[in-house]
Amino acid sequence: MGNQTENIYNRRNSISEEEKAGQNIRYIRRGDTAYPVKLDCIPSAPKGLYVSGWLPDPEAASVAIIGARVCSEYGRQMACLFGTELGKAGIQIISGMARGIDGISQMSALKAGGSSFAVLGCGVDVCYPRENLELYRMLQARGGLISEFSPGTQPLAQQFPSRNRIISGLSDAVIVIEAKQKSGTLITVDMALEQGKDVYVVPGRLTDPLSEGCNRLIKQGAGILLSPEELLSDYHFQSKENLKFSKRKKQKNQFVLDNEENMVYTHLDLYAKNLEDIVEVTKIPVQEISHILLSLEIKGLIREVGKDHYIRCGGTIDGKKSCNCGITCQG
Amino acid sequence: MYSSIMSGALRGLDSYMVNVEVDISSGMPAFDMVGFLGSEVREARERVRTALGNSGISIPAKHITVNLSPANIRKQGAAFDLPIAVAILQAMELLKQADLKQTLIIGELGLDGRVSAVNGILPIVIGAAENGYRRCIVPKDNAGEGAVIDGIEVIGVTSLTETFDYLRGIRTIAPEGCRPASSDERDRGLQQYDFMDIQGQTAAKRGLEVAAAGFHNVLMIGPPGAGKTMLSKCMPSILPPMSMEECLEVSKIYSVSGMLHREEGLITKRPFVAPHHTITDKALAGCGNVPRPGGISMAHRGILFMDELPEFKRTTLEILRQPMEDREIRITRSHGTYTYPADFLFISAMNPCPCGNYPDLNLCTCAEPEVHRYLSKLSRPLLDRIDICLDIPKVVYKELSCSTGSESSAAIRERVCRARDRQAERYRGTAFRFNADLGVRELKQYCELGRKEQQLMESVFERLHLSARSYHRIIKVARTIADLDGMQHISERHLSEAIRYKGLDLKYERR
Repeated sequence: MGNQTENIYNRRNSISEEEKAGQNIRYIRRGDTAYPVKLDCIPSAPKGLYVSGWLPDPEAASVAIIGARVCSEYGRQMACLFGTELGKAGIQIISGMARGIDGISQMSALKAGGSSFAVLGCGVDVCYPRENLELYRMLQARGGLISEFSPGTQPLAQQFPSRNRIISGLSDAVIVIEAKQKSGTLITVDMALEQGKDVYVVPGRLTDPLSEGCNRLIKQGAGILLSPEELLSDYHFQSKENLKFSKRKKQKNQFVLDNEENMVYTHLDLYAKNLEDIVEVTKIPVQEISHILLSLEIKGLIREVGKDHYIRCGGTIDGKKSCNCGITCQG
Repeated sequence: MYSSIMSGALRGLDSYMVNVEVDISSGMPAFDMVGFLGSEVREARERVRTALGNSGISIPAKHITVNLSPANIRKQGAAFDLPIAVAILQAMELLKQADLKQTLIIGELGLDGRVSAVNGILPIVIGAAENGYRRCIVPKDNAGEGAVIDGIEVIGVTSLTETFDYLRGIRTIAPEGCRPASSDERDRGLQQYDFMDIQGQTAAKRGLEVAAAGFHNVLMIGPPGAGKTMLSKCMPSILPPMSMEECLEVSKIYSVSGMLHREEGLITKRPFVAPHHTITDKALAGCGNVPRPGGISMAHRGILFMDELPEFKRTTLEILRQPMEDREIRITRSHGTYTYPADFLFISAMNPCPCGNYPDLNLCTCAEPEVHRYLSKLSRPLLDRIDICLDIPKVVYKELSCSTGSESSAAIRERVCRARDRQAERYRGTAFRFNADLGVRELKQYCELGRKEQQLMESVFERLHLSARSYHRIIKVARTIADLDGMQHISERHLSEAIRYKGLDLKYERR
């Protein structure tokens, strides 16, 4: 009897990681040729990685874009902008496929034709969070899902901080877009610094709690990114799209706005403004304002983000439309 | 000796006449009551006997039989006490048949012979007038509500002795003064809340004006303390005053429920019913073995306001769907089906998320799944019946302290009335009353769009991910806005405003 139990125990223990991986998922041990070199040299490198899809190309540059899960509209647009432009430039975006900044930047990189890789805190066959299912599928097809946890592992809170070291480990630089004072993002930043990676921050307002973490990082000496091109020039990343930036930036809005439209448009910014505020400031009667807002919305210059809450959306990078992430920006 | 007296009873909101027959014959002394009686009617025996005794009339030691006909309908309520007592008096030959010609008697008796109030006097008096009766003897407390009916004398009595003396001709009681509420008087009831008292919220007020004009249902979304409840309480003040027919309809419902104020007589204020979110399905729809009107019927011709909409039980909310469509509710019981009117304007309010602070991310502490759970309590079919969705932002101090008064309800109501008149004219001879009633087919007929307007809708349709249903809703609301403007045709401006009122959509559910 005792002997039998022992056998079963041994058998279970003897299932190799490769066997656990099963079909469509590869297991790569530390020491294999496929094991990412960048990971090899970080402290407490994972014993091995489960991969669905591909691993990042070691020859190409990779950048992590991380940030708050509950992000503001500003953060959303910045994630979208950096994801898109870096993706176009051929830079691989590494992130955690979380809600908010992570998912948006990865989605926009993939939509811009770039590649992206997600390091998960659960098994690679588990899609967490569920609303990112579309992104999960796209990553499987055109990027990669990476985890040190065996397939079937459920997303438990304690597993997430440890995956952050892999995110920073796989990338050459880390960009932080929106982080609160106490944020999981800052754990990744600590790991990155420990591993000797560069940390960049997209600045925000002083009064905005979502930028508090970012601003503190700036104070501590993190690099400040005012545009995606700055990162590209810092690293001399070559890209065929690169030359187009300067041209496109100068392109003016091709729309002619009438007086009232202009008045409303100037009043709006990246932080959602309520209809009541707009009426208050512009003094346009409430019966008239809807028409102005709608025509601006049709022109793609503003967007209704919540019921009766409007933000500017055009004009950040080009006149027409700067956003192409499908997760949240276009509802 | 045989006698018979007419009385009335309720069946739903309608009444039927009951013939109270009494026969006193020689035999073993007894007091029998027959005629498919409920237990409270059966108990009348003791009340009548004691009340007669305490009024100084001794019942003969004979066989007394009481029958309430028609015998195939179950009788309920204590309103037969007085007619039974009077019928006994007549059978004792203390009253002549001529004294009781064309007279209907209703009332509950106390043991001391006092006559106390009963429910549903108004529908019974209406029924009596229709059946050609000339006089109704009712409890004094209820006389006011009966008096509003023309062509019938309503006599209020306080005790059995008084009734007896009156019928014998010893005492005279003046008929209750008939005082149909004038339209001025009907207005006066509305002054309690006024849009004048609300600072700021111009956009919300405009939205409510549109809702009132076209009878569109409203959902208000905003953080706690923004003034959602206050705004909706002001809503009756911009609805047109009730017509006499509407007053009667509403008063009937309140009379049957026993909720008519004694001194009021007729309800002239549009009802404002705000059930708490713990209300049960049955209390909202109407319940009981013989169903009483529920919350939605109490809001007939007025406003049903549901604050904290997602906190209501889902089953409770789903009950609203059929009445919102049919404007009445049918309740079926083993002994029959009752129909109560439920033509209400539905106004609801909710917070944007459980903590109430979204989209202010600095304050909102809700995780996304929480928000999703909160919003998913509202079913799509219910949201589809809400034409106007308004955002009620927090009021800023500048607006609160602003000394320039905002527009008064009376001014808004004038516009609403004009818009309603236009609709009445347009839909004359059809079943529709308001723009909100229109179906898809009628939209083509009454709400034709010009070429420019169609282009606008086309460009918006794709961009804003509209569904066919929300498209129709937008056009209906645009029709109302055009009516408010006094325009024959819907213009781009009207459409733009209507688009802004479109309901909760995916944009809001997904952050």
